[in-house]
Amino acid sequence: MPEPAIRARGLVKWFGEGEARTLALNDVSVDASFGEMLYIVGPSGSGKTTLLSVLSGILRPDAGSVLLEGVDIWRLGGNELADLRLNKIGFVFQDYHLFPRLTTAENVAIPLILKRMAWSDAIAESLKQLDAVGLKNRAELPPVKLSGGEQQRVAIARAIAGQPDILILDEPTASLDGDTGHAIVGFVKRNILNERRCIVIVTHDSRIYEFATRIMNMENGRLSGPEAGAPV
Amino acid sequence: MKGILKLAYKLLVNDKPKFRALLVGISFAVFLMIQMTALFAGILKRASATVFNLGASMWVVDPSLQTPAYSIGMPDYVLDFVRSLPGVRYAVPVYSGGALVKLDDGTYQSVSVVGLDDASLLGRPPLIEGRIDDIYGENAFIAVKDAEFAKLHSPHLGTEFQVNDHRGVIVGIARVPSGGLFGIPTLYTTYKRALEYIPNPRFTTSYVLVETKSPRDVAYVQREVRALGYLALTRDEFVDRISAFYKFQTGIGLNILLMTVMSFLVGLSISGQTFYSFVVENIEKFGALKAMGAKSRELMLMILFQAAFIALTGYGLGVGFCTLVIALAKLRIPDYAALITYWNLAFALVMVAIIAVISSYFGVRRVLRIEPFDIFRT
Repeated sequence: MPEPAIRARGLVKWFGEGEARTLALNDVSVDASFGEMLYIVGPSGSGKTTLLSVLSGILRPDAGSVLLEGVDIWRLGGNELADLRLNKIGFVFQDYHLFPRLTTAENVAIPLILKRMAWSDAIAESLKQLDAVGLKNRAELPPVKLSGGEQQRVAIARAIAGQPDILILDEPTASLDGDTGHAIVGFVKRNILNERRCIVIVTHDSRIYEFATRIMNMENGRLSGPEAGAPV
Repeated sequence: MKGILKLAYKLLVNDKPKFRALLVGISFAVFLMIQMTALFAGILKRASATVFNLGASMWVVDPSLQTPAYSIGMPDYVLDFVRSLPGVRYAVPVYSGGALVKLDDGTYQSVSVVGLDDASLLGRPPLIEGRIDDIYGENAFIAVKDAEFAKLHSPHLGTEFQVNDHRGVIVGIARVPSGGLFGIPTLYTTYKRALEYIPNPRFTTSYVLVETKSPRDVAYVQREVRALGYLALTRDEFVDRISAFYKFQTGIGLNILLMTVMSFLVGLSISGQTFYSFVVENIEKFGALKAMGAKSRELMLMILFQAAFIALTGYGLGVGFCTLVIALAKLRIPDYAALITYWNLAFALVMVAIIAVISSYFGVRRVLRIEPFDIFRT
């Protein structure tokens, strides 16, 4: 069996202290494979975002391990972990976090600039990514001039600009109307997902469930659902 | 790394309101600091005008003398003593004092009178009209053409006036390196004539101008003169002495210092507050950068670059604006005392660097403490 893109075992994460101490992840284990679009669904406060953060090297767990393409990420140093995120993972944040003072093209170029690509080369590459998401004609505009759906596509273009193997989307349809959200996720499935890429989506939007390869349910810090490779 | 710096540059410059506020804060502070210190430098230079204009390399003065604004006469034996020292090539007396001249229209004008040694005329100013030998003529005076020249009704060769019921005639017009501090015209004449025309106390030698045979003799002459109870100062030592007087024994130095400190604090508060709010407003974006894989040192570099860029740009604008203001002021007031030197430019640059460091420190600290996880939680 090919190595999974993500392999997490026995993840535990506590927040707070004393009486306010909360168990956000309760012995969570999950695999995510290349070529699949894995959904992690559940109500607010169930631990979805915490799990996402642990899997992507942003939040250190109190126990457990995470292997990204065979690399135990929580044994890496701070700079190595940052490099791993930069080279292996693309993020689409819930609020997009596009820089309002930069053009759309400059926003998309950010991961490439962080990878030390020359500015002009990074802009040229970002234009290709914008073209791929159908927004090349918006390249010179600031994000505030774009609609919600367009901003989401810019965020996706930025996330894939560095050709990451793993794409993380946090509530991608939260700020969008039903049709737009549906169209965006459909676009991601058709154009971004491939056999060398793994996509993990955290959502509680049932309107986009049809695009999932596999759906796992998060509740009270516990994850349940079909194993990797099992049919939805 | 260039790309990251360009990113930092665009984030800063494209935030036009904050960028302008930062530039205004820094350049205003620089303008004030340079203006204050330039004024003070100009005052100090004017205060030592006598020293620069007479140009002697060594001065023997009364130990109580702190500024040429008032002269303290020395007895004749001081001159004789200095001349007798083996290391002295020559020594001449100079008179410096004030007088009241009556002009052709009957009005009176205070003047500063310098009486040059009759034999050598050491310390004579360069003439732009007339001949120096004419100073030996009857009632002869040389007028200095500076900003105060008009107060003598802009005399020409042959203009007559009265000094203490004595007739005076302008036989030369001169230019000197530095205008005086007190805004009164200066007249040169011979030592003998100065004593004759102007009422004097018992001791009339204001300074003894000395030229030693070699630099090695300077210390010897100073020692011998000190033993006599007087002071022998090199030109630079005399200038420093005068500067110290104005810096520490008048209110000028303290007031200028206070104004400069306040300017610094104004610049720091505007810049610090604006820069910090710039960082805080973008804190989620910096967190997103961290989540994407930016390292803490890269974010720190971005902020430091932004602070340095703002500091240097504001400094340049402040210097340019101050220079322009001083140039315009000198068009209106030819003798405007402000003097921009390398020292006050360097001082302002250091102050701006401190502002940049302090302003960026809090921003850097804030950015380094961001947790990317907070981006997901918002």
